Amino acid sequence: MIVGTQKPLEEIWDMIKGFRKVLVLGCNTCVAICHAGGGKEAEILASLLRMKASLSGVETTVRHAAIERQCESEFFEPVMDEVRASDVVLSLACGVGVNFLADKAGDIPAFPGIDTAFFGAVEKAGIFKELCAGCGGCILHLTGGICPVARCSKSIMNGPCGGTSDGKCEISRDVDCAWYLIVERMKKLGTLEKLFEIQPPKDWSTGLYGGPRKVVLEHITAPEPPEKGKESQGGM
Amino acid sequence: MKSGSNLEKVLEGGHFAVTAEVGPPKGTSASVVQKKGDILKSCCDALNVTDNQTAIVRMSSLSGCVILKGMGLDPVMQMVVRDRNRIAIQSDILGAVALGIRNVLCLSGDHQKFGNHPTAKNVYDIDSIQLVKTLKTMRDEKKFLCGENISGEVPLFIGAVENPFADPFEFRVIRLGKKVQAGADFIQTQAVYDVDKFAGWMKMVRDRGLDKQVHILAGVIPIKSVGMARYMRDNVSGVSVPDEIVTRLEDAKDVKEEGVKITLEIIDRLKDIDGIHGVHVMAVAWEDIVPVIAERAGLLPRPIL
Repeated sequence: MIVGTQKPLEEIWDMIKGFRKVLVLGCNTCVAICHAGGGKEAEILASLLRMKASLSGVETTVRHAAIERQCESEFFEPVMDEVRASDVVLSLACGVGVNFLADKAGDIPAFPGIDTAFFGAVEKAGIFKELCAGCGGCILHLTGGICPVARCSKSIMNGPCGGTSDGKCEISRDVDCAWYLIVERMKKLGTLEKLFEIQPPKDWSTGLYGGPRKVVLEHITAPEPPEKGKESQGGM
Repeated sequence: MKSGSNLEKVLEGGHFAVTAEVGPPKGTSASVVQKKGDILKSCCDALNVTDNQTAIVRMSSLSGCVILKGMGLDPVMQMVVRDRNRIAIQSDILGAVALGIRNVLCLSGDHQKFGNHPTAKNVYDIDSIQLVKTLKTMRDEKKFLCGENISGEVPLFIGAVENPFADPFEFRVIRLGKKVQAGADFIQTQAVYDVDKFAGWMKMVRDRGLDKQVHILAGVIPIKSVGMARYMRDNVSGVSVPDEIVTRLEDAKDVKEEGVKITLEIIDRLKDIDGIHGVHVMAVAWEDIVPVIAERAGLLPRPIL
């Protein structure tokens, strides 16, 4: 899932205080699970903004709504009238949702109501942990299922560096050393010798650094080939 | 000879090498580097110039090396992979060789969190082992990482670091082996205070025959004050300072002298460990103690080759 965190109210207020009709739009998938941007959070934030407006003596109407996912067009249909009737939409989706909404919202600005943090999992209730960097060219089969790109502070491919101590990373006693975990896990799996080989420099072009990425499934996007029967019928 | 550097000659000649560290200034003054070079020149075979150590911006290692080279000294250019991608790294290596630099030490680099620009983006395009291998390919095959040819020779003596006190202990030797396999000619280790633990690590090094394939210089940091000892014990990741050393300094009348004595005892024991080919003295902001230590440790005069 994509994990996000709520932005400070003051920061949001600074973004939207010049607008009269505000729509706070929640997203009920990933960011709802991490209590940052679901329908419930949209409702609470809308109330807070109404109070803020009232305290500041600004006449602003703040409405709220939420859709299942702000990353797929079909879910937007029911709220598009509401979007068009607003001066600004504060999207509580991840950055994907904000971008996607901006594409659809015409001349209505789409602002981010949360900070998108990372791809992660729910370690336990209230704790979300980054586990993947979405870099392309996955090598988890070589590292015991533990990602050195996302989980090592230096994203090194031949770790651990000299900064690991008691299984923790040099940057903080609260951060596990990914390479310590990898070595221990590979020992357990009986595959430690896989780590004896030097991993070559990574191809980062499949990641954030190769330009914007796109996946195209041609079997879905390609136009249906004309049916042969029909073609021959037409020719007759 | 791979590079013809003084350090290579000393080590290949079977001498017990002495290297020390020159931290460049947070400023533009060449004389700061020259002054340190002057202090250290007669007691060391080569001088490492650090590369934005602890992620604090300082004069570049390459510039510091050129200044030392101009004084007739043999610099070791430290290069961290934190701040440069493979394009900048290879470009800097070409420039360094053109300017007469022959020794390069490859490191990961401290995370930028520790430095004076903690919000910076790090690079880590390649890691330190991949850097060693890149330099070896540049030198031996005269090729860039991409496979294209380099014009001219790339005579380099390639160094790497290892921290025997980091975790997981038994994997550190395997990782040293990877650095040797990648092409390291010499190793400078993290500072040694716990000589017993270090000796245990060196036994693992010898069991794998790595001591025959690479020159290992043990790192030494003279301790100047009780506060420094405590700080290193408690806060520096991967450095192991036994409590006994801290206690000795706490009880000492002359703390600096006690610090020197401790360093001399450590060097004495390091000299007796099979496979140790030298010491690397990192006297941060205490450069003038290095000639004293070298003298009292019986490491002078340095060979002239």
